[in-house]
Amino acid sequence: MRILFSIIFLFTNTIFTQDFPKLSKYANDFTKTLSNEQINYLDSGLRAFDDSTSNQVVLLMINSLDGFPISMYTYETAEKNGIGTKENSNGVLFFVAKNDRKMRIEVGYGLEGVLPDALASSIIRNDVAPYFRKNQYYEGTLAGLNGIFAATKGEYKGNPKSEEENKFPIGVIIFIIFVIYSIFRRRGRGGRGGGFIYYGGGLGGLGGRSSGGGFSSGGFGGFSGGGGSFGGGGASGSW
Amino acid sequence: MGKGIGIIIVLAIIVIGVIMWGTGIYNNLVGLDENVNQSWSQVENQYQRRADLIPNLVNTVKGVADFEKETYTAVTEARAKVNQINMTSDMLSDPNAFQQFQSAQDGLSSALSRLLVTVENYPQLKASENFSQLQAQLEGTENRISVERKKFNEVVQGYNTTIRQFPGSIIAGFTGFIQKQYFKAVAGSDQAPKVEF
Repeated sequence: MRILFSIIFLFTNTIFTQDFPKLSKYANDFTKTLSNEQINYLDSGLRAFDDSTSNQVVLLMINSLDGFPISMYTYETAEKNGIGTKENSNGVLFFVAKNDRKMRIEVGYGLEGVLPDALASSIIRNDVAPYFRKNQYYEGTLAGLNGIFAATKGEYKGNPKSEEENKFPIGVIIFIIFVIYSIFRRRGRGGRGGGFIYYGGGLGGLGGRSSGGGFSSGGFGGFSGGGGSFGGGGASGSW
Repeated sequence: MGKGIGIIIVLAIIVIGVIMWGTGIYNNLVGLDENVNQSWSQVENQYQRRADLIPNLVNTVKGVADFEKETYTAVTEARAKVNQINMTSDMLSDPNAFQQFQSAQDGLSSALSRLLVTVENYPQLKASENFSQLQAQLEGTENRISVERKKFNEVVQGYNTTIRQFPGSIIAGFTGFIQKQYFKAVAGSDQAPKVEF
C-alpha cells in the first residue's frame, strides 16, 4: 500500500515538475541558447534588482509549450513558484518558448499598475521581437528585462530580507564588480550588445556580452519565491 | 442533592461546549462565505474592466473605412445585454440568475473574438500602435477573467464542501447557508479567446 502511494506521489510529482518547472535561479534557460556567462550575468543582474527594489523578475526560456496555452502556463508557473513578495505581489515572469516563437510577460498583482498590459505588449513587440527575429536571443532578452526594470523600479522599496539583515549585499557588490569588469573588457575589445541599464544613466550601454567572468552563481544561493500572487496580467506576443 | 447539582453542572458544561463548537463552525462558514463574496467582486471587476474597454475598441474599428459593420454592432449589442444583468453576491446561489449572467458574458466573449478575427483582414488596423495596445489590454482582461473565474470556482468549492460535509452541514442547515454556483467551462470560453494570432 505504501509503495503504491509513493509510486502515485512520484508520478504526480513528475507531472507537476514537467508541466510547471521549479525555478531555482533568476535566469533559467532550458533551451541552452544562452552561454553560461550570459546566464550568470542576467542572473546576478536580476538578483541585484531584487535586492534593491524587492521586485522579483525571473527569466524562463523553454523549447516548446507543446500546444499548451501560453498564458495558462506562465500563470501557473509564476503562481506555483511564488515570484514576488507576499505583501506586494511584485513579481514578473519573462517567458520565452523558443521553438514556438512565443513569449509572454506575466505581471504580478502588485505591478499591474506600473507595468500594464499595453506596456508589456509594447516591450514585447518593440523591444524584444526585433532582436528575436534576428536570432539575437541574448540582446532581445536584455532589452525585455531592461524594459521591465524601467517600468517597475520605482514602485517598491528594496527591503533586505530579515534573515539577511546584517549581511553584506553580496549580490549587489558582485554585480557592481562585474559591471566594472565589463567596462574594462569592453574598452579592451569594443564588445557589442548592451547590459542592464537600470542603475541610472551612468552605467548605460555597458558591454555585458559574454564577458567570460570567472564566477558561478551557484555559491550565492538561487532564486526563492516570496509567495507573490498573480492575476493573469501581462501580455503575450510572437516573433 | 449534591448529585443533582453535579449533573446540572455537567449538563451545563456540555451545553456550553456544544454552543461554542457550533459558534466556531458558524464563524468559519461566515468567513468562507465572505471569501466567496470577495472573489466574486474580483470576477465582476474584471468583467467590468472588459466592458469599459469596448467603446474605445468599437470606436477604433469604426474609424477604419468599410470595416464590417455587423461585427462591431454584435459587440455593442452583447455589451448592452451584459449591462442589463445586475448580479449581486446574494444571487450566487440562484442557478438561473447565475446561468443568465454567464451566458450573457460568454456571448460578449464570442462577439469580441469574432471582431478580433475580422481585424485580420485589415492590415492597416493591425499595424497601428493604438490598436495593438487595445488588443493587448483586451487580451489581458480576458486572461484575468479566466484567472479570477478559476479562483472563484476554487473558493466556492471550499465553501460548498464545508456546508455539505458533517458537521458543517448541520450548522449550515440551521443558519441558512446554501450552496453557490460555479462557472461552467463552455467549450472554448473558459480560456481567453484566441486573440494572439
